[in-house]
Amino acid sequence: MNNCNDRLNDKTMKRHFALGAFLFCCCALPSQGGEFDAARHKMVEAVLADANATTSYSGIAALSPSVVAAMEKVERHRFVPDWLTAFAYFNRPLPIGHGQTISQPFIVALMTDLMQVEEGDRVLEIGTGSGYQAAVLAEVAGSVYSIEIIEPLGKQAGKLLESLGYRNVETKVGDGYYGWPEAAPFDAIMVTAAASHVPPPLIKQLKPGGRMVIPLGTQFMTQYLMLVEKQQDGSLTTRQILPVRFVPLTGGH
Amino acid sequence: MPRPPFIAIGLLSACVLAYEVLLTRLLSIVLWHHFAYMIISAAMLGYGASGTALTLLKEKITPHFGAVYVSAAVALALLMPAAHLLTQQMPFNPLELLWDNTQPARLFAVYLLMMLPFFCGGLGIGLVFAHFGKQASRIYAFDILGAGAGSLGVIGVLFLVPPHRVLTALTALALLAAAIAVAELKVRPKWLMELFAGLAVLAAVALPGMPVHSSAYKDLSQILNIAGARVVEERSSPLGQITVVDNTRVPLRDAPGMSLNATMEPPPQLGVFVDGNGPSALTRFDGRLAPLSYLDQLTSALPYHVLAAHQARSPRVLVLGAGSGSDVLQALYHGSAAVDAVELDRNVTGLVQQRFKDYAGNLYEQPGVQVYAAEARGFVNTSDQRYDLIQVALLDSFGTASAGLYGLSENYLYTVEALQAYLSRLTPDGMLAVTRWLTLPPRDALKLFATAVAALERSGVPNPSSRLVMIRGWKTVTLLVKNSAFTANEIAALKEFSRTRSFDLAWYPGMRADEANRYNLLAQPSFFEGAVALLGPQRQDFIDQYKFHIEPATDDRPHFFRFFKWNSAAEIFGLREHGGMPLLDWSYPLLVATLVQAFAASVLLIVAPLALSRCRRILPGAPVSLYFLAIGFAFMFMEIAFIQKFVLFLAHPLYAVAVVLCAFLVFAAAGSWLAGRWQAENKVTLAVIAMGILALAYLAILPGLFQALIHLPDAAKIIISVALIAPLAMCMGVPFPTAMMRLAGAAEEAIPWAWAINGFASVVGAVLATLLAIHLGFAAVILLAVLIYGLACAALRGFA
Repeated sequence: MNNCNDRLNDKTMKRHFALGAFLFCCCALPSQGGEFDAARHKMVEAVLADANATTSYSGIAALSPSVVAAMEKVERHRFVPDWLTAFAYFNRPLPIGHGQTISQPFIVALMTDLMQVEEGDRVLEIGTGSGYQAAVLAEVAGSVYSIEIIEPLGKQAGKLLESLGYRNVETKVGDGYYGWPEAAPFDAIMVTAAASHVPPPLIKQLKPGGRMVIPLGTQFMTQYLMLVEKQQDGSLTTRQILPVRFVPLTGGH
Repeated sequence: MPRPPFIAIGLLSACVLAYEVLLTRLLSIVLWHHFAYMIISAAMLGYGASGTALTLLKEKITPHFGAVYVSAAVALALLMPAAHLLTQQMPFNPLELLWDNTQPARLFAVYLLMMLPFFCGGLGIGLVFAHFGKQASRIYAFDILGAGAGSLGVIGVLFLVPPHRVLTALTALALLAAAIAVAELKVRPKWLMELFAGLAVLAAVALPGMPVHSSAYKDLSQILNIAGARVVEERSSPLGQITVVDNTRVPLRDAPGMSLNATMEPPPQLGVFVDGNGPSALTRFDGRLAPLSYLDQLTSALPYHVLAAHQARSPRVLVLGAGSGSDVLQALYHGSAAVDAVELDRNVTGLVQQRFKDYAGNLYEQPGVQVYAAEARGFVNTSDQRYDLIQVALLDSFGTASAGLYGLSENYLYTVEALQAYLSRLTPDGMLAVTRWLTLPPRDALKLFATAVAALERSGVPNPSSRLVMIRGWKTVTLLVKNSAFTANEIAALKEFSRTRSFDLAWYPGMRADEANRYNLLAQPSFFEGAVALLGPQRQDFIDQYKFHIEPATDDRPHFFRFFKWNSAAEIFGLREHGGMPLLDWSYPLLVATLVQAFAASVLLIVAPLALSRCRRILPGAPVSLYFLAIGFAFMFMEIAFIQKFVLFLAHPLYAVAVVLCAFLVFAAAGSWLAGRWQAENKVTLAVIAMGILALAYLAILPGLFQALIHLPDAAKIIISVALIAPLAMCMGVPFPTAMMRLAGAAEEAIPWAWAINGFASVVGAVLATLLAIHLGFAAVILLAVLIYGLACAALRGFA
């Protein structure tokens, strides 16, 4: 029933977006070669502006150069459905079918930055989705292990990442609750699939000194980000980060 | 000339009203909200537009009256399912309303599709009135009888048949109406009757239920995407569609906001969804308490630890919204002596008591556990028990926390009056515990805290701060309100509980600032600061300056989940692409969008066609326009406000919509009929005065009356509701026909305009009333309606 629903939705959305895509291609894209580069660069500038504006709220002074480089490099338009390609570099979440979304680029950049991944680090991602976040992580980390719970989505993302030449990403379809024990421990873990609680096995698979990032909210709306840091003694500290420049009290702060 | 198609018109009317009520059910399942205001507005639009169409096409239609009437009935039969199917083809996603500029257009298309069956129904009924004008009162009787039977009958049918099957049944009913109309109106060829009757039988027997596709972003749709998920049980009633999902490959594991220090995994669980929202867990229980230890790692376990600090005996607990039993298990885990579990929907308790009795370890028949199928407020008001703890369960899912079944609608669990009622059922040292999802910046938590402070103050507690405790985990917030001051032992237990689970203290009596914000670090200790401000002398300033609406919810303004404020709308809207989207709850912009489209659609379909036709030369004078505009708005204001007001009493929005709609229709019609026979000169003024007195009296007595009678069985409450509305609605039925009769005598050419203006006001009024109720409260909307009726009286004097 759901598949049918998705198909119906997909069809009608395709019709709707076809015109937009056509207009966009006519007006905004000069040629077929590096056609999306300019759009992507513009998107990264929007992401940087958002990151700067939220500095005092996110606790991030500035996005690290490696994250910025990754955002510049990864081609988001490869990770969105064909009929949404024209919208791929808008700084907004987009539907990818199966009731899932590809996150807003600003949120992707912020989450990646919060993980403070370094070259050579081993990273686990729960919830591959479109594969975009895994690709961004693959640009900054040594190796990325990503698990998706929705079978068609996981298979599609796995194939795509492989075809794009990401040799340092391993994907699988399955239950993310128990993490990826064969590859554990991890320097960083991202749990993008919403859960009612943080699975204890994941905390166990986080290295001392490691960081875990969890976005909380619904599809299309990330309410806040949670950063869990594991101290050297194994104890945990958490931070809850509002990814927006907003003070709830007039004249407050 | 044949006699009017009395039976057919009764059936047609029943169909249209049943469809109107059914739509609220279907939209709850497909989206997140019952959208009563949008449906009533669409229905009014359909009626209004059909009135305009009849006026303009009168000469062309009259020679083919019978054929057009039968066609309208057939079109209604076909359009009810067709509009439903087409609506689902429309990829309208309220979650994208602010991301995607095309969403408002899709919403508009949904609204117009919803309107189409009402247009056909209105056309058919209007046609009969126009054609058999002299027998109007008898036609009216059948029309209203059908409408009443349809709106109430569909509730009964929904107990037996799921909504998607009811839609098919209505198609059959409309076809039957067409067949009977062929016979009653002697339409040729005669075999049409056999054809439509045959089709009706075919539709009833052979047509499968219409598919109902929930939004792909609803909780149930999401969980069914997971490999291994399968539906193991489905039940349906007017209260909701229950779906139980099992997944042995990827188990549910529901433990909302479990402490990060915890290392256990919840036992196997089934996911229970209501209208696709959830899940709440139906946990496997084999009588051993050890596997339930995860329930001690949630913020909602706090009251048990605090109670244990001062009480030697095991607590007596009341769980409100017990659902499939998580909170009952939690109470048993903590050694409660007695647990009273209150749940509105018997289908949900039935899962635990019958279908999954073994799986649930016979939970609801454990020693000390007693289950009550009742509405929470009603149960609390009538119970003479005293409890050590009242737990208000976390009923809505995290994802739909601000957009759930409640959304913009009424919620009577978290109002000042509700909290006062809970407190009055506690033992002298008992406490109330309410757990909510954590939102950032704080919204629910501070609104709840403010509501508790107000409840304590209203109950005459001089120092509310001594009776409140609030903690926050990384995902949930739990508030305790005690019937006496918290003791030092209890505070020590609170601290120990929070420390070992890394939950933060947000407020306890005597809390220091440096104790806040220790584990789940926020940029500011905003929960503690908020609590301090809400307990201090500058409370109202804080509430006014806060960028979300955290004014305590009351029974008059029971929109607990409304956090929207116009003052901060521009700022938040500007931030929507900069990570600020979740600051704006989608249901409010949706309401505003609906108001705009109601205005546009009614101008376009009701007023503009007249203005462009030959009727433009006979524009009515200002008093006539004002009069029909006023009574259109005022009627809708009354109707919508009373629907919302009766949600508390009748315990569910669907019951309130059906009963109040039916009562208003039937008795307004009775009022109209009486007005026709009543010879008094100033009957409108008299009716308005009577109505004003009644409305004011109701405002005064209804809260107390509801409180006293809320425990009665549904049938009794429905009868009482109808009896209360009857005299009011009868008065409200007077102004429209009286003025129409006056126009018929003096300025007949103004009649189409009077219809159109009244229709326009009804379409816009239905949505506007909801918006005003949210901001001003139901009482104000009712007062406003009385005032507008007064204005109408003044305008009536200006009639030529």
